[in-house]
Amino acid sequence: MEDGIVLTMRGICKSFPGVKALNNVDFTLRKGEIHALMGENGAGKSTLIKVLTGVSDYIKDEGSIRIEGIEGEAKIHSPQQAQEVGISTVYQEITLCPNLTVAENMFIGRTRGPLVHKKDYEKRATEILRDLGIPARASQELSRCSLAVQQMVAIARAVDMKCKVLILDEPTSSLDDKEVERLFELMRDLKKKGVGIIFVTHFLEQVYAVSDRITVLRNGELVGEYLVENLPQVELVAKMMGKSLDDLAELERIGQKSGAGEEVVYEAEDISSSECRPFDFSIRAGEVNGFTGLLGSGRSESVRAIFGADRVTGGKVKVKGKPVHITKPHDAMKNGIGYLPEDRKRDGIIADLSVRENIILALQVIKGMNRPISRAKAEAFADEYVKALDIKTASLDTPVGSLSGGNQQKVILARWLLTHPQYLILDEPTRGIDVGTKTEIQKLVLKLAEEGMSITFISSEIEEMLRTCSRLIVMRDRKIVGELTGDDLTQVQVMKTIAGGEQ
Amino acid sequence: MNKKKNAASGLRQLLIPLIALGILIVFNLIRDVSFFSVEMRVNNSGNVVLAGNLISIIDTASELAIIAMGMTLVTAACGGQDISVGAVGAISGAVLVKVLQAMGGITALSVVAAFAAATAVTILFKLFNGTLVAVFRIQPMIATLILFSCGRSIAYWINGSATPQLTSPIIDSIGKTIPGIPVPTPVFAVLLVALLLVLIFKFTSLRLYTQSVGINQGAARLNGVNPTVVKLISFVILGVCVSVAALIGVSRLGQLNHKTLLVDIEMDAILAVAIGGNSLAGGKFKLIGSVMGAYIIQMLTTTLYAMNVNPVNIKAYKAIVIIIIVVAGSPVIKNALTSLFKKRRPAKAQTEGVS
Repeated sequence: MEDGIVLTMRGICKSFPGVKALNNVDFTLRKGEIHALMGENGAGKSTLIKVLTGVSDYIKDEGSIRIEGIEGEAKIHSPQQAQEVGISTVYQEITLCPNLTVAENMFIGRTRGPLVHKKDYEKRATEILRDLGIPARASQELSRCSLAVQQMVAIARAVDMKCKVLILDEPTSSLDDKEVERLFELMRDLKKKGVGIIFVTHFLEQVYAVSDRITVLRNGELVGEYLVENLPQVELVAKMMGKSLDDLAELERIGQKSGAGEEVVYEAEDISSSECRPFDFSIRAGEVNGFTGLLGSGRSESVRAIFGADRVTGGKVKVKGKPVHITKPHDAMKNGIGYLPEDRKRDGIIADLSVRENIILALQVIKGMNRPISRAKAEAFADEYVKALDIKTASLDTPVGSLSGGNQQKVILARWLLTHPQYLILDEPTRGIDVGTKTEIQKLVLKLAEEGMSITFISSEIEEMLRTCSRLIVMRDRKIVGELTGDDLTQVQVMKTIAGGEQ
Repeated sequence: MNKKKNAASGLRQLLIPLIALGILIVFNLIRDVSFFSVEMRVNNSGNVVLAGNLISIIDTASELAIIAMGMTLVTAACGGQDISVGAVGAISGAVLVKVLQAMGGITALSVVAAFAAATAVTILFKLFNGTLVAVFRIQPMIATLILFSCGRSIAYWINGSATPQLTSPIIDSIGKTIPGIPVPTPVFAVLLVALLLVLIFKFTSLRLYTQSVGINQGAARLNGVNPTVVKLISFVILGVCVSVAALIGVSRLGQLNHKTLLVDIEMDAILAVAIGGNSLAGGKFKLIGSVMGAYIIQMLTTTLYAMNVNPVNIKAYKAIVIIIIVVAGSPVIKNALTSLFKKRRPAKAQTEGVS
């Protein structure tokens, strides 16, 4: 093994039934470097980490893993083996025991034999804590420390286990800015001590604040490894999305230019939910707008707050100028808002129920439990929309779960169109759908908007959003960072806004 | 064509109970044709009634069939079962008798009042279960374990250790037969409860709501359905079922014994739901399947009695037959049969599930 390299992964492949999660991925970690692993959700970051840490069901199909100081290939078939070869992981959620002391947490499961010398390990823990500058007492109960300190204790535990490779998986997502800075100091400190750190995060600024090198994955494949100074933030975004900046400039927008009416259909001030920070938002009749940003930037969470899908924690909402309270989906539906969720299988379809039942569900709920839609009427409704949207199904009684993804999506679309909403939210309506159906759905969106419906359209594919939306709200790190309209609606501008700053 | 297909898919769920019923019938036909003989007989109170094994089966299975219907709904909505039905039934019976005693004599009015009171109390206890399940999201089996273990003690507190006798023609009319009508009254009670549920499903969209919540609670919620309310409703309906079953159980014997009233019925009810082809994990359901399941269980018991099997051993024999029924209805066997079927008729298989 080359000098200064602690970990090499070569040609890693991992498949799950129907999905190639990792395809021939290489990764190299050097001594004393902080190496960011970047990619959108589903790019393969987590899978790679799980392969490396021996999580069961994530044993690699192909490829080799080598670690400094170990002859030949490292065998990692369980988290214990990973720890033995010097790979430690600190996860997003703290996986320590809150009711034990800091010292106990640092040594739990590591003592040999039944006898434990409390004095000894408290002394040892105190040394480590002091060494790493972690503001905690060894005898303190862990639950009394702040989240950041708990995270640091987890790191201290990992470091003390003589790890060569420290994996930090989204360590900052529950920390505030000050705590993040403290964590970074600790990371820089460890780096000086020669630990190789793999840093997984979706906060772009944090990558640039602390990392030396970046490896980008996309769709389970390696995009490349870059030195931070050679990869401006906007290019990183482009790479994560699988575009090159030169291509982007040439693409043209063919979408809705104006068309929006004057009347404000939905207006929210400081709306927030358990999953998203307060934001302002409004949409006019016949307008198609979009929320864009990387996966995990908070765009889905924002529209879920509008629909009341998550616990709404505040904000003033007006529908057509009238103040309303929307705290649960039913409230939103009564106010003429529809929502096609991002995860069709989990949140959209009722798989075992028929196409007919799935189509009438939302309308039935709006009408109320005591006014059932008759079988004949339900069949007429379902038939109408199966024809209008060209849903390919054997019959109206076919369980919706046995339809193809595109047709399932159309069924959910039909469900909402049947309620004749004045404002329809579509979160990733074209994900996992063939190209033909995608175009159909885009056309439908524009047609509905022409008829006066307000639509929020979210898609991971920027071209698609540029084609359909007349206004784009750009999000980064769960905050709205920009709003683009008119001539600013270009891929380059979107990328720049997502990346932030002038890099 | 759609309707045909629909009927066929409906039958598929009832395949196992139909086959089980068929086998039981054929077995008894071969064993002893007289098993099926039905005759008119004058009973102890001087009424002309129908008698015979078949009548005994549909009569005796009434409480089970009624509770199985309620259990089907709870199972469908919550993806779990209420194991406290027998114990809460004992409470219901105890309240019934207590109110009857308090009102002095047994009249039509006092029976109605007592039944109303018992039903109200039963619904309250079921709402307790329902709250644990729907609001606190405790596993149904665990949540209902509480009343399963203490329900009969509560029944004991209400009435003491006595086993009060209820002798009245009204009670006999409920638990046995109404003079002039040769069919036992409990059979009508099953029909009545079934009719009530069918009407509820016809005039509300409860079936759609219940199935949606059972199949995909998250999606149901995002479509404006309130899963908590739907689950609570299923427990309320089960409460009514349990109360009716308790009324029949008490009337049948003309006495209340809090130790034996509806004892062990919870397991049979769950079994009836399963034999009826309903998924115990919730979702789609067929009431008729559960009712058939109840009659199958009772027919099995009666057949074993007719074969002079020692009552001590009956449970063991029953267990063997039930293992066979349940395994035959398991997804593994079902899939194996389906693929066998598809191989033989490939052309048909291709037209299904266009994707």
